[in-house]
Amino acid sequence: MAYTLNINGKAVSVDAPGDTPLLWALRDTLGMVGTKYGCGVSSCGACTVHLDGLPVRACQQPLDSLAGKAIVTIEGVGADPVGQRVQAAWVELDVAQCGYCQPGQIMAATALLKSTPRPTDAQIDAAMSRNLCRCATYLRIRAAIRSVGGIAAAAAEMTEQHDG
Amino acid sequence: MADGFSPSRRRFLQVSSAAGGGLLMAVTLAEAGFAAEAGFAPNVFVHIAASGLITITAKGPEIGQGVKTSLPMLIAEELDAPWGGVKIVQADADQAVYGGQVAGGSRSIPNAWEPMRRAGATARAMLVAAAAQTWKVDPAALSTDAGQVVHAASGRRLAYGRLAALAATLPVPDPATLVLKDPKTYKIIGTPRGQVDAPAIVAGQPLFGIDVRLPGMVYAAFEKAPAYGAKLIGADLAAAKASPGVKDVVVLEGGSDPSTVVSGVAVIADSWWAAQRARKLLNAKWAAGPSAGQSTDDFAKQAAALFDLAPQGVARRDGDAGAAFKTAAKVVEARYSYPFLAHTPLEPQNCTARYRDGKYEIWAPTQNPEQGRGLIVRTLGAKPADVTIHMMRCGGGFGRRLANDYMVEAAAIARMTGGAPVKLLWSREDDMAHDFYRSGGYHGFTAGLDAAGRLIALRHHAIGHGARGADVNPGEIPGRAVENLEFVTSSVPGATPTGPMRAPRSNGMSFVYQSFLDEVAHAAGRDPMDFRIDLLRAAEDRPSQPPTQAAARLLAVLHKAREVSGWGRAQPAGHGLGVAYCNSYGGYFAEVVEASVDAAGKVRVHKVWMVGDIGRQIVNPAGAINQCQGAALDGISQALHQRITIVDGATVQRNFDQYPLLRMREAPEDIEVHWVLSDNAPTGLGEPALPPVIPALCNAIFAACGKRVRHLPVDLTAA
Repeated sequence: MAYTLNINGKAVSVDAPGDTPLLWALRDTLGMVGTKYGCGVSSCGACTVHLDGLPVRACQQPLDSLAGKAIVTIEGVGADPVGQRVQAAWVELDVAQCGYCQPGQIMAATALLKSTPRPTDAQIDAAMSRNLCRCATYLRIRAAIRSVGGIAAAAAEMTEQHDG
Repeated sequence: MADGFSPSRRRFLQVSSAAGGGLLMAVTLAEAGFAAEAGFAPNVFVHIAASGLITITAKGPEIGQGVKTSLPMLIAEELDAPWGGVKIVQADADQAVYGGQVAGGSRSIPNAWEPMRRAGATARAMLVAAAAQTWKVDPAALSTDAGQVVHAASGRRLAYGRLAALAATLPVPDPATLVLKDPKTYKIIGTPRGQVDAPAIVAGQPLFGIDVRLPGMVYAAFEKAPAYGAKLIGADLAAAKASPGVKDVVVLEGGSDPSTVVSGVAVIADSWWAAQRARKLLNAKWAAGPSAGQSTDDFAKQAAALFDLAPQGVARRDGDAGAAFKTAAKVVEARYSYPFLAHTPLEPQNCTARYRDGKYEIWAPTQNPEQGRGLIVRTLGAKPADVTIHMMRCGGGFGRRLANDYMVEAAAIARMTGGAPVKLLWSREDDMAHDFYRSGGYHGFTAGLDAAGRLIALRHHAIGHGARGADVNPGEIPGRAVENLEFVTSSVPGATPTGPMRAPRSNGMSFVYQSFLDEVAHAAGRDPMDFRIDLLRAAEDRPSQPPTQAAARLLAVLHKAREVSGWGRAQPAGHGLGVAYCNSYGGYFAEVVEASVDAAGKVRVHKVWMVGDIGRQIVNPAGAINQCQGAALDGISQALHQRITIVDGATVQRNFDQYPLLRMREAPEDIEVHWVLSDNAPTGLGEPALPPVIPALCNAIFAACGKRVRHLPVDLTAA
């Protein structure tokens, strides 16, 4: 049957069985292949998307549970200023090796930075340890998040000065 | 960051524009055919359009080792192209056209170093000749700069694009006349360059094999026996066929050789999820296969028994170790083992295939496309020319995709879909259950020390698995550093499929050699660093025939590791430093790990120092540092967590919850990477940085808590 989903700010119709995980609806039905499959059991984080702003594993979200929820994928996260900065930091610090996990890492990092603009190292490790990187680019992922944290915090301080 | 790599915003924008083009090519690379566009193409690697667009073809499989960036950098340097304005496209698989296209053995850089620079220099020489003709000046009076030929005397400049039409009519210069740049003048080689695909990666654009989409494409899942090579004896095909979205369910006869098509059932559906769901209804039954009854526990028991028997083979014998042990002041004995490991690239095996009019078109993430072509030819009876292979970016390789079992499987399934392209995808469970595993190994050591604490005798009995057996390099130091030495081998019979994994042989052998040498150093009352330095000096004094490992290069990296790590300084309670060295795949590495062990036996890695000698030139420092840091963490992950066990011929672990990989919270704060630039041609980095980190960690654990790790993965809670 057809489900109407809100993906990256647009209403999208998906014709697939209700128990189809969002991951496969995105990849195979809608052709949005940026969200990656790595394990199917919520263990690797490669399929991380945002559901009402929270990072979730798309492999665990059946279509019939998504009515009225705002879904953001790697294809749409650049429309968010934090997401855009995260993507830019990933390129600037040349984070990726094979790159396969990085859409999921970027979604997890963006969710972290939106809720915690200046995360501590412990907060970074806690938030990002649900995402595997088989090439183990963890040091650069940390550095990229710190760099966005710094930029985001600086922007906030400037705003405060203007406001004050 | 320790590596100090932080390219400017400007570079980000430049790279974005370059890679944006690369992305489009990746999606439609079969149709791209830039060569059809008018322009100057002195060889298959360089194309310069009249519009000025410079296109460079990246020839090798990109598996995350960075060759889609680093090999074009070699060309662009000698071409004197502006890196930010170059479009990089991925070559299809065609060895006859591009030369070797294998991502293995860290051979990409050493194999490409000369020919790729020459490809660029040839084009540059012809553009200079075209400018000389245009201006009627001596070519020797001309230089090039960022995509332009320059006549300094008159201040004239001509862009390469303006010269393309004329250059295309000129003869290709005699290779002997080409003059390659003085490395001191390099503007691209040796400078940190972000991966050309980075902007597409972070935007989630389609790049990988799993991302391929074609009109009319269907999806397949393939059910095969959990125990290797077992034959299908029954399955409920009707139940699977009745499942929603399923188009067809077909039995493939297959054989029992896991490197090509094996017995199983393909479920073909309108989405992979539909295929996978239907597959679970098959309830397939399997006959007993060649590995029935075999287990890793039993392999270990058989290996233990083999230690007490005469070895099956001799890899090296110098002097008389047996006699020397009798006269030794001290004899040290120990047994080591390491487990089978799975590769688990994060992108599971997949391949998209189309079979039409007797021809195969393949889109695959592969490290070794020609091997895949050969498999399709031999298994399915095609002609080599009837197999087209598009190399897709690989979501990791680690040696797994040197085998192309999934490619020939997809090709076989494509024969059943009436010409529709089919994307075969393995689940993670399939990937972990059907690997060519890093073989487990079992190692017995005996060392004899004289009264002065000198290592005078060493016996190493290496026991491997199956037909491959123990993979001993007779030239590996401590070989030739010890007067009385025996490297002997045996093998436990078994049918578990095994194959190369990142730094094959060395990834296990470095652990056993460098850990046992550490034990011997402590038994001799020596500092482990000093002991190794003396050992390497002894090897230096005894040149090997043929020369395999350069002791001098190992000494240089070891000295530097001692310096940068502050070796010998006092450590906080529960902390320790460990060191190891290894030469593998052309590279020479010494590494120091700082680790701590808490009261519960939990290990924490605080810092790693890596010192590498991969020749006189680091091609792309940004990628090189990333490779080293990733290799260190890959090794630490193996050492702390990873083990594949086999029961009744089948793999027990099926997903990352049972086969854990290192996560960010376990990664050390810093991994310093240092280079020793030696006067040797540049070599690769995918592999050689990995092996020594494992024994360096285990030796650090000993320094921290006095427990010697002799079996991987590390378990300090065991007795």
